[in-house]
Amino acid sequence: MGRGQFRRVAERERRRIAFLLDGVETEALEGDTVLIAILTTRAHLRMAEFTEAPRAGFCLMGACQDCWVASADGRSLRACTTYVAEGMAIVTRR
Amino acid sequence: MNTRVAIVGGGPAGIRAAERLVEHGLSPILLDEAPRIGGRIYQQLPEVRGFRRDGKALYGFEAGKAEDLHAAFARIQPQLDYRPGTTVFDIASDRLITLGDGRREEIAYDRLILATGAMDRIMPLPGWTLPGVFALGGAQIALKHQGCAIGHSVVFLGSGPLLYLAAYQYAKAGVNVAAVLTTAPWLGLGANLLGMAAQAKTAAKGAYYVAKLLSWRIPVIGSVRPARIMGRDSVEGLEVLVDGRLRQFDCDAVALGYGLKSESQLAELAGAQFVFDRAQNQWLPEIDDHGRAVGRDGLYLAGDGAGIQGADAAELRGRIAAGALLQDLGIALKDAGDFGTLKRWHRFRVALEQAMPFPSHLAADLPDASILCRCENITAGEVRAAADQGLREINRVKAATRLGMGRCQGRICGIAGAEVLAAKLGVSVDSVGRLRAQPPVKPVPIEALAGDAP
Repeated sequence: MGRGQFRRVAERERRRIAFLLDGVETEALEGDTVLIAILTTRAHLRMAEFTEAPRAGFCLMGACQDCWVASADGRSLRACTTYVAEGMAIVTRR
Repeated sequence: MNTRVAIVGGGPAGIRAAERLVEHGLSPILLDEAPRIGGRIYQQLPEVRGFRRDGKALYGFEAGKAEDLHAAFARIQPQLDYRPGTTVFDIASDRLITLGDGRREEIAYDRLILATGAMDRIMPLPGWTLPGVFALGGAQIALKHQGCAIGHSVVFLGSGPLLYLAAYQYAKAGVNVAAVLTTAPWLGLGANLLGMAAQAKTAAKGAYYVAKLLSWRIPVIGSVRPARIMGRDSVEGLEVLVDGRLRQFDCDAVALGYGLKSESQLAELAGAQFVFDRAQNQWLPEIDDHGRAVGRDGLYLAGDGAGIQGADAAELRGRIAAGALLQDLGIALKDAGDFGTLKRWHRFRVALEQAMPFPSHLAADLPDASILCRCENITAGEVRAAADQGLREINRVKAATRLGMGRCQGRICGIAGAEVLAAKLGVSVDSVGRLRAQPPVKPVPIEALAGDAP
């Protein structure tokens, strides 16, 4: 899976939870946003629509709209303003 | 009939506006996109067990102010119709169109206070769409709200006071800060001492952060000219020109931001007029000294959404706008607005913008191949080609190139796009106009738009 882009430097004593990231069980901490949960284990979040270049979001405050991923049932999620939950299934590939 | 007052935004301006209305017997609706109040600067941790940092760790020097604001909200909450997690995505003359918990709702109002805050102001450089490049404010949110750093070795590039504060917070949290690089001359600390003296305590805090960074032997360099961010699939380094010489910094993340820009889309949809503010180098909704929108009765603007003046000023501006609203309703005010202090904040902000300006001069040399609009992948060269075809207005360039037409609605690229166009045409940036706001101001599911059919 490689190294995550983000690094945890505080608040590491939260409950561990498991979610599915592109079908693979992945660990996160309760209270993580989806963006944090993904980028602490991966180098990027998704592929840009027009270039197939990797993207990892940008503003982290719900403004730039560069971090949309999907839930397994097809709903779009803005990763920086959605909290991850136990058992959540996230799909980053189309 | 009771007047229905709605406030949009739960940061310092929105909370203080709500507080003053409640003190005068009103029960406003408070809509906030975030799940908890505080805005960005006084943002609270998620409501989940196990988060441990206290106010001092989260807010530093501002811990007391954060606690005061949170306490003020707790006091007035029983009198509010408080709607957290609610995005206002369109505004009609008499109602807000909102999305909360996946549900569309229309909320009728008679008077409206917008306290929508600000976001990072960006000047792109080659490589800025690589994973690992984040907005400066976003880098701070990752640390404050989630206890995460945006990388293992971070360069801070930009201008403005937040650059030093965020770098200081990262270094203090044990992150390797590879360099702090600013386009401002003299680190932005030299100019206009008189203006800085208007808020000497705040200016001193800025100097303190820079002194700390230097004491930790972190390179802090002024007058840089950004060249490019290197890397194939993620950030591997950054090149800047210092005194005309190329210097390279190894890093795996870059925090990028040149001051702040007002989030003013909702003000526009609500009917505010806009004027170009030379000191802040951006278009702002036009307001009187009390926060009344010029030419639109019943609309009031407060905080950084109506021009950047910072969090302390936002609290004052929230109270002042609420005061204007109360007076317009014929309600006698129990207390006076603090205009003297607000004037000092204004002088301080003008001095800050002079000392740490937005680097408009970089627009002319942004390489043609560099991406300007990250939603639609539009390059600087495409905007220049549109200018060559005779387009001289930014909305026409938008129609021709799709710049600013993507999901963010030009929030990120709007300012830089106008600068690139103006530089190509050899005109001042205000003469190319500004991207017009369109509903929905944030992406919403198609079902939520259904009721909008004319």
